[in-house]
Amino acid sequence: MKYPAIKITGALLILYSIYAGLTGPVPRLDILNETIRNLYFHVPLWFAMLFQMGVSWVFALKYLNGYNPKFDIISSSAAITGGMFALPGILTGSVWANFTWGKPWVAEDPKLQGVMASALVYSVYYLLRALIPERQTKARIAAVYNIFAFVMTFVFILIYPRMNQSSLHPGNGGNPAFGKYDLDSNMRLVFYPAVLGWIIISAWLCDLISRHKKINYYLENNETIA
Amino acid sequence: MKQSLRFLLLLFAGSLHAQSAQPAMADAMRSDGKIYVVVAVMLIIFLLLACYLVIIDRKITKIEKEIKAQIK
Repeated sequence: MKYPAIKITGALLILYSIYAGLTGPVPRLDILNETIRNLYFHVPLWFAMLFQMGVSWVFALKYLNGYNPKFDIISSSAAITGGMFALPGILTGSVWANFTWGKPWVAEDPKLQGVMASALVYSVYYLLRALIPERQTKARIAAVYNIFAFVMTFVFILIYPRMNQSSLHPGNGGNPAFGKYDLDSNMRLVFYPAVLGWIIISAWLCDLISRHKKINYYLENNETIA
Repeated sequence: MKQSLRFLLLLFAGSLHAQSAQPAMADAMRSDGKIYVVVAVMLIIFLLLACYLVIIDRKITKIEKEIKAQIK
């Protein structure tokens, strides 16, 4: 096991966030009621997703600077891991929205529109990788597309919702962020460790996927990559 | 005396009203302490998943070592 201390720390942080997140004190708010605790479980998924897409973007740039297949493997693994976190992010968001906003998919919400658009952008990324058989061509096209994909995702998820007039998500479209008054100091004590924990777990998953891919690379090409 | 009693009563009624106006929370669920059962279940689930990750990690490390030995 590589970096066991960091990985175990990540798992412990999530265990702590489950315990403290369910039993700790939370502010009493209308509509949200106890569902405010979802903040500890739904939001960190999106942080982990953005982190992985960022890692994927950085390694795509690194790949284009020298065409080292190792960087392509890390970049594609990170993109897959990011997608793996976006899916539960959307599903848990739907469940939460169903009970607080009244329906599982509020199409008018700019954050949801942004998420949908970036999901489409990354679908094309996965399709590109699946459709191009030759390894180097695939890696180069995917890396170039990745640069565009992450920038668009950044704009769609983090900028577009804030430009909009109205959004149900806190921190967007004139809606106050959790940081302003909803997220009190007790919640911060659980929320930040949860975010860190899920980011570490996502890195762990990305590590596993990329090492598996490196082994596959060895089996296919009979040469190793460090 | 009567005045102060009425004032106290009003105060009490006011606080009662304020309590009922507070947003509903799962106080009943928490009052008998059984929320810990749910916490325990979730902790077990996540702990086992994390253990599974460790096992996969160790298996991959083993294969990596085998490949390294093969090259030498």
